[in-house]
Amino acid sequence: MKIRINQGRVMNPGNGLDEVQDVFVAAGKIVSIGQEPSGFTPNKVIDAHEKWVLPGLVDLAARLREPGYEYLATLESEMFAATAGGVTSLSCPPDTDPPLDEPGLVEMLKHRAANRHQANVYPLGALTQQLKGQRLTEMGELRDAGCVAFSQANAPLTDTLVLMRALDYAATFDFTVWLQPQDPHLSKDGVAHDGEVATRLGLPAIPACAETIAISTIMELMRQTGARVHLCRLSSAAGLALVRAGKAEGLPLTCDVSINHLHLSEHDLGYFNAHCRLTPPLRSPADRNALRAGLSDGTIDALVSDHAPVDMDAKQLPFEAAEPGATGLELLLPLTIKWAHEDRVPLKTALTRITQAPARILGIAAGQLAIGGVADLCIFDPREEWVVTPHSLKSQGKNTPFLNLPLPGRVTHTLVGGFLVYESSPH
Amino acid sequence: MNSHPQLDERGKLKHLLSIEGLPPATLIEILDTARSFEQVARQDIKKVPHLQGKSVFNLFFEASTRTRTTFEIAAKRLSADVLNLNVSASSQSKGETLLDTVDNLSAMQADMFVVRHAESGAAHLIARHVGPGIHVINAGDGRHAHPTQALLDMYTIRHFKHRFDHLRVAIVGDVLHSRVARSQIHALTTLGVPEVRVIGPQTLIPRDVERLGVRVFHHMPQGLRDVDVVIMLRLQNERMNGALLPSRDEYFKFYGLTPDKLAHARPDAIVMHPGPMNRGVEIDSEVADGVQSVILQQVTFGIAVRMAVMSILAGKQERLP
Repeated sequence: MKIRINQGRVMNPGNGLDEVQDVFVAAGKIVSIGQEPSGFTPNKVIDAHEKWVLPGLVDLAARLREPGYEYLATLESEMFAATAGGVTSLSCPPDTDPPLDEPGLVEMLKHRAANRHQANVYPLGALTQQLKGQRLTEMGELRDAGCVAFSQANAPLTDTLVLMRALDYAATFDFTVWLQPQDPHLSKDGVAHDGEVATRLGLPAIPACAETIAISTIMELMRQTGARVHLCRLSSAAGLALVRAGKAEGLPLTCDVSINHLHLSEHDLGYFNAHCRLTPPLRSPADRNALRAGLSDGTIDALVSDHAPVDMDAKQLPFEAAEPGATGLELLLPLTIKWAHEDRVPLKTALTRITQAPARILGIAAGQLAIGGVADLCIFDPREEWVVTPHSLKSQGKNTPFLNLPLPGRVTHTLVGGFLVYESSPH
Repeated sequence: MNSHPQLDERGKLKHLLSIEGLPPATLIEILDTARSFEQVARQDIKKVPHLQGKSVFNLFFEASTRTRTTFEIAAKRLSADVLNLNVSASSQSKGETLLDTVDNLSAMQADMFVVRHAESGAAHLIARHVGPGIHVINAGDGRHAHPTQALLDMYTIRHFKHRFDHLRVAIVGDVLHSRVARSQIHALTTLGVPEVRVIGPQTLIPRDVERLGVRVFHHMPQGLRDVDVVIMLRLQNERMNGALLPSRDEYFKFYGLTPDKLAHARPDAIVMHPGPMNRGVEIDSEVADGVQSVILQQVTFGIAVRMAVMSILAGKQERLP
């Protein structure tokens, strides 16, 4: 398959490339940018005039809901949603049913995902058996089966001794442990940030110190064990400050934030909008602003969709009872651009957070658009404003706090390994 | 979802879900209408035809005797047909969802739902879901709101104090878990009470409650100094011994309303309680039964206030002669 992409604005945040060029793809690789290789006869020509040609996005948190939750979403629906969002590599948390705690499950998922010939899937293995926080999983076997790191997802790990041993064991093999920092006791019954809005609405609350206490504990254990940790879904300014200090100290620490926490705050709960029922909770506008600044200055390494398709029935419940989570794969890129516009963040910096930086965290060769590299890329039309509606989303999850929001631009084509896996239907 | 949850496009009340978001005029209208209904109770035949032919469904997902009964009496005095459903005991345990239950009852031509639910936001959810002709009254949702209780409390305060714009009001006790307190705070500030205080140990005061326009006191005698109205809150049994409070005795010692502590308030201060009371826990019997207590009047006023809310929602709020 040879593809020629004509006259797009080609951007590679990794090396600062940003110019209007032709891109030539053959045998799964980018063979040339600008100069047409001699004898190149494309099977397909894509007109990218006034569009952007970007590295395929790397999303660190996308739930595909298989195995076990096929009634919420399937590999088919969610991998299609990924490519419709320009995501060409994604990692999925182990919170499936059963959790990804056995090599066979991981092999099956990898196999089924590979058969779809869409985005590359990088599973996170469960850190503890059944995510119960008690017994370690066979991390070595899981790595051999295809796990890139180990995680508790949002499941609590209440026993600090188990956490220390998990970090010690992971450090043995130089595995990265991904942790969502939230003290299990302080967050046990809470559903909203402990502040004005939870007080007004009478919702059980989770204080910001649930995050800072967890981060402090994790950083102490990192010093003790030498383990490398990725912190998932920061939510507070105070948590961010701890991360900044930890990085300055030289701890092998990375972190991410979700598109929801980058754009929303506790005030978006309005009168119990269950689409804003998220883990961790949306916090104050000051927290949100700090997260935006942290993502801009690189303290926060990556921006993630935190994609979680949820049944509409599970959202048509009182706020406390509603299932947490929001769909996000198709919103990741537009919401990144929106943030960059609003905060005047250079496009290159913004794109790094969803391409090169997350690829580095996963330890994969992705998130780049360079000659000789794998042709994982997406073409984005910044002129195509669209409105988020259940109908406009490919994901089976229609649950998002951004419903009815107009977004700047949309992916029109996605290539994975040199194959055109997504092409938007013309109007 | 962007439309006002409680008012229609002409600013008329379509649901009563919370006090928050309601303009002062709406609250005053309810209180004025309630005054005209108060005399119905003194008539020989305690009935008016305002809701004749209408069906009011008391939909209680959480047990309640007093509130449900007063709603029932109010609806019957308005000549409505009343159906009481204790849903916790039936369909919910069979796995039917909240909105399925509501849909089924709507199909039985309900005109009004009076809803109580253990989770905050349940009444808002139902109100968003029901058809345009159906009105929802929140009879208590989780810790969030209990607007008719707050309205009857405002009615009581106005009955005894006549005006709101010169008052100091203290709300004492478990504010954290109290939907009553939240609705009272909104009602008092909306009606122009210049100083609303909340008093309690820090474990029972929700974070940033000052943002709702109240002053926080932990020392009860200080908090009660020169107040015109003392509102006591019920302390649930399960909160008395544990991580929120060490014991009921210690709670009573520091936050129970005794004649000694009440002496810090103005001599003509009234004492209120939404009921049911825990004598010897949050309130001493001597105060509960004392001359300053208006607790039983609150109950009586509750019927007139609920009649007013129902008739306004039904569009039949014209004053009685």
